[in-house]
Amino acid sequence: MGFVVYAFQSGQPQIKKKSSAVPQLIGVVGLEIHAQINSSTKLFSSSQVGFSAPPNSQVSFFDASLPGTLPVLNRRCVEAAVMTGLALDCTINRKSLFDRKHYFYADLPAGYQITQQRLPIAVGGTLRYSHLIGRKQGEVVTKSVRIKQIQLEQDSGKSLHDESGSQTFIDLNRAGVGLMELVMEPDMQCGEEAAAAVRELQLILQTLGTCQGNMSEGQLRVDANVSVHRPGEPLGVRTEVKNINSARFLARAIDYEIERQMEVLRRGGSVLNETRAFDFKSGQTIPMREKEGLQDYRFMPEPNLPPLMVYDSETAPPPAGTDPGQAVLIDAMRDRIPELPSARRARLVDAFGIRPEHSYTLVNEDGLTDYFEGVVRMSRAEPRKAIGWVIKDVLGLLKQRGLKVSQSPVPPHALAEMLDLLEDGRVSSSAAKTVFQELWKGTGRSPAQIVEQQDLGLVDDSTEIHRICQSVIDSHPEEVRTIRTGNRKVLNKLVGLVQKQTKGRSDPVRVRAILEEGTS
Amino acid sequence: MLRLTIREVSQAFREGRISPSELCQKCLNRIKKTRNLNAYITVTEEQAVEQARAADERFQRGAPKGPLDGIPIAVKDNFCTENTETTCASKMLKGYRPPFNATVVQKLLDQGAVLLGKTNLDEFAMGSGSTDGAFGPVRNPWSYSAPYRDRGGADPDSDWVITGGSSGGSAAAVASLSSFLALGSDTGGSTRNPAAHCGLVGLKPTYGLVSRHGFIPLVNSMDVPGIMTRSVHDAATVLGVLQGQDAKDSTTIRHPEENFHLPDDIDVRDLRVGIPKEYHAPGLSRETLAQWSRVADVLERAGARVVTVSLPHTQHSIVCYHVLCAAEVASNMARFDGLQYGHRSVEDSSTDALYAATRHEGFNQVVRGRILSGNYFLLRRNYQQYFVKAQQVRRLIADDFAQVFSAGVDLLLTPTTLSDAPSHAHFIQEDNRTRSMQEDVFTQPVNMAGLPAVTVPMALSGRGLPISLQLIGPALQDRKLLTVAGWLERQVAFPQIRLPWDTEEDEEEGCNLGVAERGQTAV
Repeated sequence: MGFVVYAFQSGQPQIKKKSSAVPQLIGVVGLEIHAQINSSTKLFSSSQVGFSAPPNSQVSFFDASLPGTLPVLNRRCVEAAVMTGLALDCTINRKSLFDRKHYFYADLPAGYQITQQRLPIAVGGTLRYSHLIGRKQGEVVTKSVRIKQIQLEQDSGKSLHDESGSQTFIDLNRAGVGLMELVMEPDMQCGEEAAAAVRELQLILQTLGTCQGNMSEGQLRVDANVSVHRPGEPLGVRTEVKNINSARFLARAIDYEIERQMEVLRRGGSVLNETRAFDFKSGQTIPMREKEGLQDYRFMPEPNLPPLMVYDSETAPPPAGTDPGQAVLIDAMRDRIPELPSARRARLVDAFGIRPEHSYTLVNEDGLTDYFEGVVRMSRAEPRKAIGWVIKDVLGLLKQRGLKVSQSPVPPHALAEMLDLLEDGRVSSSAAKTVFQELWKGTGRSPAQIVEQQDLGLVDDSTEIHRICQSVIDSHPEEVRTIRTGNRKVLNKLVGLVQKQTKGRSDPVRVRAILEEGTS
Repeated sequence: MLRLTIREVSQAFREGRISPSELCQKCLNRIKKTRNLNAYITVTEEQAVEQARAADERFQRGAPKGPLDGIPIAVKDNFCTENTETTCASKMLKGYRPPFNATVVQKLLDQGAVLLGKTNLDEFAMGSGSTDGAFGPVRNPWSYSAPYRDRGGADPDSDWVITGGSSGGSAAAVASLSSFLALGSDTGGSTRNPAAHCGLVGLKPTYGLVSRHGFIPLVNSMDVPGIMTRSVHDAATVLGVLQGQDAKDSTTIRHPEENFHLPDDIDVRDLRVGIPKEYHAPGLSRETLAQWSRVADVLERAGARVVTVSLPHTQHSIVCYHVLCAAEVASNMARFDGLQYGHRSVEDSSTDALYAATRHEGFNQVVRGRILSGNYFLLRRNYQQYFVKAQQVRRLIADDFAQVFSAGVDLLLTPTTLSDAPSHAHFIQEDNRTRSMQEDVFTQPVNMAGLPAVTVPMALSGRGLPISLQLIGPALQDRKLLTVAGWLERQVAFPQIRLPWDTEEDEEEGCNLGVAERGQTAV
């Protein structure tokens, strides 16, 4: 197991302070995450994987567990698990094993799930994540959680109950889809930390392309193991909270559960080892009908799959005669890992001099880094000037409309061109806002065309500006008098009036200078 | 014609002495005449006639597919056959028609073989008598044979001898001359045991050499498709067709040896044959022991070195098998819940009630018993004591074999069964589990180690029933094993079965063609 950097942080939220000499109870949170592997076919069969296919349209004979069918391991799923393990600093087991986990359920047609209980493909990793704290969320705190293991396993089908509750329908499209189960050690203390860890993991998986990571579509499913204890004492009895389908709900569910357990203990009760479901409507966790806890899964080695071997071209090459197209090479997987989110953030701060919290926004928003880098590449404007437009204006409007970065009506080159007009002093910053709003309409006109057609260019004619300034001075004798008595603030009003007359097309610095001269 | 070997029939087809359709019809007639053996669960007459006709055309065009083209075959009813009922002799799968062929079935069909039907077995292959299936017990054709009847055997209408099991239907089909080849399955001896009792060659190939895809499993880690024929040469021909890596079975191995022609004669002088001393087991019949010694002498006289070897852990094999088998059975049978296929109870008050009723009604007592004990062995609190221990012992058993072979022994000679076939009335005096533990004692350790083994009939007992011996070889030495088996076959000249259904025509052909061409060196 790798070494662990674990920082205890202040800023423990939502835990009410009680004055007492006894150390306070704190929450202890571990996560079990099921990540659906982004693969075109299932873990052990060649059925297609698709989110919204008609029920039971993606079911092979094996998925339906017809007698006599056998599992055939999908190499793509192994590669995904190896790559994910490497990205999380795990040790990849050169040899791992599959096991059967037995339980009867209508959407588990074989009566068992093939998983990796004894010897999983990856062990002992670390996930470093950060969250923003402090006023205005301006401070970045970095923490880490240990990854116990990553195991490959099959997903189950889905049971659909009719409205009367008397009938159950089974959809096996999901049955046999490859999952990576990531088990995290209980290194977190509150919902916010857990949510931040999950968001970071989501981002890593999406960057790797090993999981699409959409929680609401069930591609990423998170169960939380929650307990409370006093630091230095043994861990308390834990509950498992299920049925959480967003990072926000995860934070709420965990914090509710920590608070609930503390309340139970304060009243002198004891926490039961049970499975609870999060009810997002009430924000509470409620006990699930108990049968899981008593299950004995009767694990057994899967006899139809030989040990899963992965190789390394340098240190552990595949044996002679191995089909080179079939062997999974750890080093080859390592070479295929793209720039990970943490490295990307550091690079953005370093290369462009932007603030760390801005690097989070850029990296956490799918496609926004590329957008920003595109703008910077195509524009002469300072990156630090561009970042404000990208985050405040582009992202702000996208969020408002519920659009993705890829759907932005303002492409990077248009924003870059607009920034150049601004940089070259051809438009004022207020005119630039107008240009941006025009661009957002997506008419296909370039910034230069908009400036020309709407006459938004800076008034460059010196005589004309002097003329307008003079007319403002002439028509506002009261204000001019006040300025002359030393109240310089009123000058701003005159500047604004000039801007209004020029429809924002005058350079405010220049106007101010002319007005100062005229009123002195 | 029916009593020929595959090689001889194929020659007859080529020479136009008979057509695949004519032979197919003879076989179908023989099946009808031998209904009382209960060898077949399903007879696929229409399909067979069609396949035979296609083979006719190929021979007429002078373009047969290979050595199995037009050969009538039977398949144990635990191999999936596309659109043909596959029951495992269980109420659970009555009426179940798989949508695909097992790889071994497909390979035979691709070679032009003519599938006559699906053969009877113990339910889900759990048994050693072919007496515990949902379609009733199988009768051993030797119960009706002249030598047995002449030597005071019971009237077959009141009692008969069993075929052994669990592939008893396949053995009865080949022995009663309704089929030239039958697929069995071998998990603890289920191919070799009935082959031995029915006077056939029964081959259990090396684990991984032949695909299990489409074979409804008993114990995945020991299951191997088995081959039953009337000659060693035929078994070798069929193995040549069936072996090979299968993308649908990840436990199959790549094996370069494609050409599987057996040499017609070999020199056994360089051979070292091991006689495992532990196989002098309690209950071994005097006659079987005598055959074992006699054949060892035959080998020795021919110049082979016959040495006593020890397999010390073999004695634990059966009890160890009991644990591992039950555990895998409990797991493999979990899928039969009545939801997707097979029997479904009318009980529908809840899903759990449906499961319980379906499984109670669908499985017989033997299957239910193994499921219960298997689940017990797999419980978290028992797993280490039972399953893990049994796996450790399994490793020791395999190591025993490996040590003997690495010490220079080429193959082992052992009995296949304790005695000749017992009568049905006698056999059912003990329960299935007791009988399996007794009957599989010589065959089962081989499955633990994944080794190839073949049983060859040697002589008739005093009761006029076959006595067979087994050869066991190192992993992947199937060909060498068959070579020696073929040599033995020629030395012992085991007599052909004579049945009341043999027509005069068959008799005549048998005399002219069958016997004349086979080994005759009396020993």
